Amino acid sequence: MQTPRPASVRALFWAFSSLALQGFGGVLAVVQRELVEKKQWLTPDEFLEDWAVAQIMPGANVVNLALIVGDRYFGWRGALAALAGMLTLPLVVVLALTVALSGVADQPAVQGALRGMGAVSAGLIAGTGLKLIAALRDNVMGVLACAALAALTFIAIALLRIPLVWVLLGLGLPAMAWAYHQLLEQARHRGAP
Amino acid sequence: MHDWGWSELVTLFSHFVSLSLLSIGGAITTVPEMHRFLVADYGWLTEDQFSSSIALAQAAPGPNVLFVAVLGWTVGMNAAGGPSATPQAWALASACVFVAMMGILLPSATLTYFASRWGQRNRKRPTVRAFKLAMAPIVVALLLATGWVLTAGHGSWVSHPGPYLLTLATALMVWRSRLHLLWLLAAGALAGVVGWV
Repeated sequence: MQTPRPASVRALFWAFSSLALQGFGGVLAVVQRELVEKKQWLTPDEFLEDWAVAQIMPGANVVNLALIVGDRYFGWRGALAALAGMLTLPLVVVLALTVALSGVADQPAVQGALRGMGAVSAGLIAGTGLKLIAALRDNVMGVLACAALAALTFIAIALLRIPLVWVLLGLGLPAMAWAYHQLLEQARHRGAP
Repeated sequence: MHDWGWSELVTLFSHFVSLSLLSIGGAITTVPEMHRFLVADYGWLTEDQFSSSIALAQAAPGPNVLFVAVLGWTVGMNAAGGPSATPQAWALASACVFVAMMGILLPSATLTYFASRWGQRNRKRPTVRAFKLAMAPIVVALLLATGWVLTAGHGSWVSHPGPYLLTLATALMVWRSRLHLLWLLAAGALAGVVGWV
């Protein structure tokens, strides 16, 4: 099946610029909507896989995602173009806002607007998580194991505030062992090595 | 505050470099460390400047890591003697932005680039496939948890239900509707201005 892909390095730069400029309060929700749902450069599964790598590597998640997606299509030139697209214009905008707002940033109305937009941007991230639940249905670990892993991760990070690295070691490693086991089982049932 | 020169820029750069590889889960996870360095240890920013820089960058378009640029800009302006339009102040602030952003980005971006290439080359290996499959539900939960943690920064849901309700409503809208995300943000800003959250 032929999947859509960016036409050029320049197209990649502008695609990520446009994503980033729409991403008030974080870019992730827009990335998912544009790259997966509209442009279809990534399937939901690919998005989850790339996002997993982007998230566990140090650094800004969406910046890492831009590097990974850009590299996939055009190598290091694509990675740089996607990265530059993600950062250049938003940097100009945010510094312009900083200059414009220096002096009024402590007004109650401005503080209120920032707080309201902060709550919405938190919802955008959580909503993207809700959408991606559908991509877990075919996971080789099984629905029950996926649900248990997700619930434990949420409790550990959101409620107990355990540092991410411990959660990844404590839950990620057993999950990997289980997934590895299930992959071998699956291969044996198909009679292929 | 005065007489900023190369040595201060190098200090700023090396601090952000040292945080880059620690920023698993995003640069936002190293905020407590930046606060200690910029506000408590060196006094390059005031408490208010620090928190409003982050709020501003969160609300502005673009990746959240741009809060590092706003911090850098404000450090530069302070070093030049407060917000002013002199070319020297702008030059110093721009230099601080450049140094801070390069510091926070270069190490982690380089590592991610080579690690993801390795993963892509070896994606057929059972270990790499198992890793990606195992991470999928954890990643979904991390997204939900990030939404929770960001909202919980406003206070307990018992005393401040507003932000929680707004976050929940937004999450459901993103999940179930195709409404443009900008409308949701505009509604959130409005709710904040009139004091509902």
